[in-house]
Amino acid sequence: MTYAQAIRDGLSVALAKDPSVLVYGLGVPDPKGVFGTTLDLHKDYGPSRVFDIPTSENAMTGIAIGAALGGLRPVLTHQRLDFALLSLDQIINNAAKWRFMFGGKRSVPMTIRMILGRGWGQGPTHSQNLQALFAHIPGLCVVSPTTPADAKGLLLSSIFGEDPVIFLEHRWLHNVKGEVPHGDYRVPIGKASLMRSGSDVTVVAMSLMSVEAVHAVDHLAKQGVSCDLIDLRSLRPIDWPMIEASVRRTGRLLALDGGHETGGIAGEIIAHIATRCWQDLRAAPKRLAMPDVPEATSPPLTEGYHVRAEHVAAAIAQLMVRDLETDSLAAARQYPHDVPGDWFQGPF
Amino acid sequence: MSPDLCRHLLREMMRIRAVEETIAERYSEQKMRCPTHLSIGQEAPAAAAGAVLMATDMAVSGHRAHAHYLAKGGNLAAMIAEIYGKVTGCSRGKGGSMHLVDEMVGFMGSTAIVGGTVPVGVGLALSRAIAAKGEIVCIFMGDAVMETGVFYESANFAAVHRLPVLFVCENNLYSVYSPLQVRQPTDRSIARTAAAMGLTSVSGDGNDVLVSYDLIRAAADRARSGEGPQFVELATYRWREHCGPDYDNTIGYRAEEEFEAWKTLDPIPRLTKALLQVGTIDQAWIEAMMREISAEVDEAFAFAESSPFPAASDAFTDLYSKEVVSYHP
Repeated sequence: MTYAQAIRDGLSVALAKDPSVLVYGLGVPDPKGVFGTTLDLHKDYGPSRVFDIPTSENAMTGIAIGAALGGLRPVLTHQRLDFALLSLDQIINNAAKWRFMFGGKRSVPMTIRMILGRGWGQGPTHSQNLQALFAHIPGLCVVSPTTPADAKGLLLSSIFGEDPVIFLEHRWLHNVKGEVPHGDYRVPIGKASLMRSGSDVTVVAMSLMSVEAVHAVDHLAKQGVSCDLIDLRSLRPIDWPMIEASVRRTGRLLALDGGHETGGIAGEIIAHIATRCWQDLRAAPKRLAMPDVPEATSPPLTEGYHVRAEHVAAAIAQLMVRDLETDSLAAARQYPHDVPGDWFQGPF
Repeated sequence: MSPDLCRHLLREMMRIRAVEETIAERYSEQKMRCPTHLSIGQEAPAAAAGAVLMATDMAVSGHRAHAHYLAKGGNLAAMIAEIYGKVTGCSRGKGGSMHLVDEMVGFMGSTAIVGGTVPVGVGLALSRAIAAKGEIVCIFMGDAVMETGVFYESANFAAVHRLPVLFVCENNLYSVYSPLQVRQPTDRSIARTAAAMGLTSVSGDGNDVLVSYDLIRAAADRARSGEGPQFVELATYRWREHCGPDYDNTIGYRAEEEFEAWKTLDPIPRLTKALLQVGTIDQAWIEAMMREISAEVDEAFAFAESSPFPAASDAFTDLYSKEVVSYHP
């Protein structure tokens, strides 16, 4: 099934398993069902558990906190991360701190889905990936699954865990297909996944960046370069033991980041490894992230903006000080640069 | 109103006043090391709401929450210990005066950001509506909450879903040093604004505890019987500085005469005089209550003073539930 279907499946499993689970957000029960991720759930579980909301992101986040304190397990959905910025007060001052500031008596089990937009002219305020902003906050968990199975498994862990979770799903992954286990399948928060294993370079990525990295790593494998590809899955907490162990073997680190470069996750990974594994490094670590400017709207303005597989491959080649073929990765893409495939035709 | 209820309301106000006065007296000792907002002069709405709410009802509040916590039945010793930063405090020293909690009595939390607990209260009300046991949620708030966006968002959702929620707004005319007239239009009342949002809304004298009780009682009954969200605006006045133990009428943001005028409306002597007149209480009752309260307050402060501080390592606990901590050393 697709990533979007896996999320819907996860929500359905949660709703069926536990009557305290609520699913709400703008458009949740509408005919499109948030890109299919909530489609018709209200028909199965009723409008008191699956419902649309006022355009009130901040209050609806505080309401989720109150609902959680009242014994419920709310899942709040934002069609874009950008919209959730209206709720930073409730996320940071209340959800992230409730357990801590009241002496550990009470958690607020809640899941906030935020969809990361990109391409097709979505522009400056419909395509931000501010994952580092949320990962900066003690008390939050931040997950960003790449595969359909992980999307379902992390969603169910988020819903049935006791902590507030920011659940980041990239719009370009919604149509990715994969095997998804049936039933109440859980993937633990805080554990990364080794998508490819190798001995030359450690590539750390998340979400759509992991997909770009798979293309690059597989392409270079044919040229004799083997990489560990670590798909973080959780951005807070980060699975440091897996990254450290990999770098100790490879001595080379490339950190990819779906967010802006300055203050980003890739920078954090490089800082962590540079301070803990300095003696193991055989080359200066590299990072590839979004540039420190917003994403523009017009197609020519986004053409060189994002990190693609060929950039990842070129960075790995530089780390190896090898002359490797990387151009064909770009040439192999069949679709315009601003869409993930022919299924993505806007306006979303 | 029954004599028992009248005596209860008077005693509750006296108790809150005594706690707050003792904090003020001892604040300069530098042992209570956190921002502390006293409710002296505006005890009536808290006492009234506390008498109306049932033990199974819930409440949330903001930065000036001592009175609400105590009136809802919150543990006094745990509150004082929290202000002293002790491990026996209601939030184990993590929160201080502005983060009080006592879930045993339904006081679900007070926080320091103006308006911050309003949606939390509405979310609790959503959970109560789903539980369908007839419980309601009281959101204590001040006049400045009317200036926050989250109030309107929350009130709107409560109105759409006809949630069992009761807003008790203490309008004390000031937000720190900023008077109401520079923050809200003088020809628009808070109660009418709330009504326009779809809340059943009333207003009255917040320095008359019997008036406050009647308004809150009726509103709580409506909320409990499914008539949707309720709003009660109560006019009152804070005697001391916004934050801290002192009087600050001399610094120039409000007139001494205004303060003196409000002081003549002190809710405690008003009710005391009325009850003495009709014989509901006598001087001996007052003295007995004062002795009881004084002993309880002394005991709470002694508990706080003698309690241990949290271990320094506690600074790193209580952030995540166990399953996440195991991945996050």
